[in-house]
Amino acid sequence: MNRNLQPSAPAIQACLRCIAPGPEPVSAWGLLRLRQQLENGLPLTPRPFQTLAERSGLTEEQVVHAVRQWQQEGLIKRMGLVVRHRTLGYTANAMVVWDVPDQRVSQLGAKLAEARCVTLCYQRPRRLPDWPYNLFCMIHGTSRGTVQDQLQQLIDTHGLADVPHAVLFSHKAYLQRGGRYASRS
Amino acid sequence: MRLDHKDRQLIDRFQHNLPVCERPFLAMAEEVGLAEEEVIGRLEALQAREVISRVGPVFEHRRAGASLLAAVAAPEEQIDLIAACINHAPGVNHNYAREHAYNLWFVMTAPDEETLDERLDELEHQLRLPILRLPMVEGYHIDLGFDIDWESLP
Repeated sequence: MNRNLQPSAPAIQACLRCIAPGPEPVSAWGLLRLRQQLENGLPLTPRPFQTLAERSGLTEEQVVHAVRQWQQEGLIKRMGLVVRHRTLGYTANAMVVWDVPDQRVSQLGAKLAEARCVTLCYQRPRRLPDWPYNLFCMIHGTSRGTVQDQLQQLIDTHGLADVPHAVLFSHKAYLQRGGRYASRS
Repeated sequence: MRLDHKDRQLIDRFQHNLPVCERPFLAMAEEVGLAEEEVIGRLEALQAREVISRVGPVFEHRRAGASLLAAVAAPEEQIDLIAACINHAPGVNHNYAREHAYNLWFVMTAPDEETLDERLDELEHQLRLPILRLPMVEGYHIDLGFDIDWESLP
């Protein structure tokens, strides 16, 4: 048996959960195939949802309905152009990690996330003794210097001078692509 | 990379809220004052020049399946080899070298938690390096795309 063709039970359930029962039955396989197709983006054809429908064995109406449901449900958080900031000239990128007292982390995370230069902001667990940091934010800029200036501004604005942190500049992208959750391999 | 006004407009306007309807590129075209085939042509060109990686949905990874940020401390002289190994592991979608003792950082995804753990165990075994596993506890950033300051670009 080819394991790659077997969607896991949770993957099928996750697809089905999001779809309200409509007049026509929607095949779970079709929805899973649609999910996989969508991870590669929309085909650039005048009727991309029709093209996706043909590839996943659904109707165009079912595809549009499913995509709208997934948006409403929050499975799809954004629909649009996915920009490769490196090509545009945003070549400097630092992951800044902070060791914030637990009771302060949510509040600080929400504040940092509002800054224009911060493109991602997450709380993650510490892994002591190797990894003491629990708040992560990503800063993109056109140079190392601009990223450092932006970080200094964040430190000044939010009074973070005493919060232990580390700045992990990236110096090579080995791989950069969208998530493939629905695919087995 | 220099882009003309219409390309910038497409990027600024449609990093989110891309219309979900039968003719989305026609709807976009009407909004920015282009023909449908011009929008499609520009999107193809932007994709070919790697200004955009795709047009479509970004999934909320906590709902789309399982994922986590992972890191290893690779010996410097083996870093390219270890990075290539990581790239080949199923479900890996980002992999960066960073300036730290943990010098390789990657995101691994899977349809569910159990598969994710299996994939990480397998990779850990292959690399013979412990993998730092950092699942998301809470996200604070609302992803509306990347706010581009065109004037500051080289």
